[in-house]
Amino acid sequence: MTPTEHCTDPTAAERRDRFLSRRSVIEMRARERAQALLDPGSFRELLGPFDRLESPWLPLQGIVPESDDGVVIARGELAGKPAVIMAIEGAFQGGSMGEVSASKIAAALRLARGDWESGKAILPVLLLETGGVRLQEANLGEAVVAEIHAEIIALRRHVPVIGVIHGMVGCFGGMSIAAGLCSYLVVLPQARLGLNGPEVIEQEAGIDELDAGDKQMIWSLMGGEQRYETGFADALIEDDAEQLRQAIRDLAARGLPARHRSEAVDDYQRRLAKIDPTRPLDGPALRRLWPQGDRQ
Amino acid sequence: METLNFEYEAKGPLTRRAHVGVVGSGDLEVLIEPADKPIAQVRVRTSVSGYAQVWKAVLDRFFSHFEHAARVEINDFGATPGMVALRLEQAGELVKP
Repeated sequence: MTPTEHCTDPTAAERRDRFLSRRSVIEMRARERAQALLDPGSFRELLGPFDRLESPWLPLQGIVPESDDGVVIARGELAGKPAVIMAIEGAFQGGSMGEVSASKIAAALRLARGDWESGKAILPVLLLETGGVRLQEANLGEAVVAEIHAEIIALRRHVPVIGVIHGMVGCFGGMSIAAGLCSYLVVLPQARLGLNGPEVIEQEAGIDELDAGDKQMIWSLMGGEQRYETGFADALIEDDAEQLRQAIRDLAARGLPARHRSEAVDDYQRRLAKIDPTRPLDGPALRRLWPQGDRQ
Repeated sequence: METLNFEYEAKGPLTRRAHVGVVGSGDLEVLIEPADKPIAQVRVRTSVSGYAQVWKAVLDRFFSHFEHAARVEINDFGATPGMVALRLEQAGELVKP
């Protein structure tokens, strides 16, 4: 088939042009993502590679560290307004949160809160591409992830904290709790969100419980579309930097939610009560039980 | 993990610094910045041990045409020699005077 054959159908040609003009967020690295979200020329990195704030624990265990410990903190402007992007690099150690990388995020959230407390507005955006805490740094990582949770809760009194899960690593473990604490969550279809990753569930509960190799089934349970349709995310977008920028701006413009997702305990208890644990449940059935607008 | 050190003669100074790449599977990061001493010093930390000769060959080739006094740090996560050469060229391009 030659390229021109695609053009005979105008809608197909439009779709193709739209697809080709997209700038894939998934294909970018964390630093590029932060640059793509901020206004051109406004990107300024805090604690960048040349500050060499790397993990002191990984080399002791024979693992090569990274000069930024896999987290990029970028100050700049988004649509002309001050913003701080906290981007996790999924390619380095699965985006795992070590003592240093998690501290960078916790400190950035704290600084943003300090700005608000002294009357300066700033929009915090978390790019969550992470398997959760870094097992090699165990309790140190856990402790700082808990600090991130506390900082999100403290900051979201002032400003919506916006989380983004783009994929392909997804967002798991302690950082999935961070995602749940965000005021608003943006997901791509390629994203996954879950407390336990599918491999962990398979390893701990057996392949009869969950086959981590069954991609379609995994995404039907914890994929971006499913999480959006069941009300765990606020925006579902395509893999395009401009759409992501727009989604973040739209959500920021909504202001603080009347009630944060993590405060809606009674809603979720009501939802859980709808489930009959004696009967099998799959993704499509859960969508019927928990429709998107059901919350609040 | 293995740490390797190399030194090359330098002819001129460097004025800029650059960071490229990521410590992800099959990739590496390169940090290159101006050095105090009039030589190029390279430190390699690689997840794959026992390839000192291959590293020397790849670095020899790069420093045969890159003759600036520089401090170079490489954190490697199993990149092929071709990948290493490309990342070095990319970093070299960015710091070109």
